[in-house]
Formats: sequence, C-alpha cells, structure tokens
Amino acid sequence: MILGRVCGSIVSTINHKFYDNKRLLLVDRLTIAGEPSGKYIIAIDSVGAGAGETVLIIDEGNSARQIVEDETAPLRSIIVGIVDQTEIQSF
Amino acid sequence: MLLGKVIGTLTPCVTYEGLEGVPLLLIQPLDKQKNPSGSPIVAADSTRMAGPDELIYYEGGREAAMALETTFVPVDATIIGIVDDVKLINEEEL
Repeated sequence: MILGRVCGSIVSTINHKFYDNKRLLLVDRLTIAGEPSGKYIIAIDSVGAGAGETVLIIDEGNSARQIVEDETAPLRSIIVGIVDQTEIQSF
Repeated sequence: MLLGKVIGTLTPCVTYEGLEGVPLLLIQPLDKQKNPSGSPIVAADSTRMAGPDELIYYEGGREAAMALETTFVPVDATIIGIVDDVKLINEEEL
C-alpha cells in the first residue's frame, strides 16, 4: 500500500461500464517525509476521502477487485483508508 | 490510472487472436497539469469513442486486458475513460 494526498478529482461521462458512478480522485504520491513526490495516481474511492486528506491507497489489482467484490473489474488503484497520523521511528 | 492525450491512431494489418477490431490509439502520458511526461505509447481503447486530441485516462498492466471484451489478450495499456474535466484543488484554499 502507498500513501497519497488527494489533490483533485476527475469528471468523466464516457468510460468503461465498471467506472459508472465511481468517484475518481487525483492523488499525489507522497515521500516518506509526507511531501508530494511529483508522481500522481488516479484512484477510485471506497471510504469517502476528501480534498487535501492523506489517504492509504492499494495499487494492486487482485486486492482492489476483492474490495469491490467484482473479479472482472479492470481496477488496480483504490483508496482504502484515511490517515490521521504517520510516525517514523528511525529512517 | 494516469492521464493521457490521444495523439494519433494506429491500424495494424495483422493482430494477435482476440485483438481483431480493437481500436489502437497513440497516447502521450501527461502529468496532472496536463504537460507531457515520458514517451508516447500505444493503448487499446475500451470506450471505443476516444479520438485525436482528447484527454483520457488509461490503466496499465494486467488490468489493461481486463477492460476489453476479450479479457485474455496481450495488451499492456488500455484507455478506460474520456476526461471531461480535471478539478485540481488549490492547497491555499483548504
């Protein structure tokens, strides 16, 4: 799983049928220090994450399909948690 | 998934079994500000509606093939949807 910060959303009307009525969020990938790394990812939301929140993202297909309970979904990235705090003991 | 822009079409004369009739488009991967990042790639189109100059989002890897009608095909990038709008949040407004 990876950490990200919600930085926007995607509006799309023509899409694969699995993505109908799914919220697509634009998420900045974070470095270990919690700063945006410059990379981003578009993920669907399963927890109701909002703007500016730090989130936990699964970027692996089989796990993501298990969450949406659809084994044919063409899905890899899904937001599965909202992070309150991260604490680094030693780095 | 990542953002991309359709920059052209591609017509193969011979395709692998299962890929007949699947639209293939040339896309330029973009960063979130819609600036080009990296080299253009060829992607299949699961919407069958994307055209030149359109902003799209695409998925790579195993999920690329799963988005198509025949799901066990050799494809490594597929257009999943056409983007109407990208709403970026201004950090200072939060």
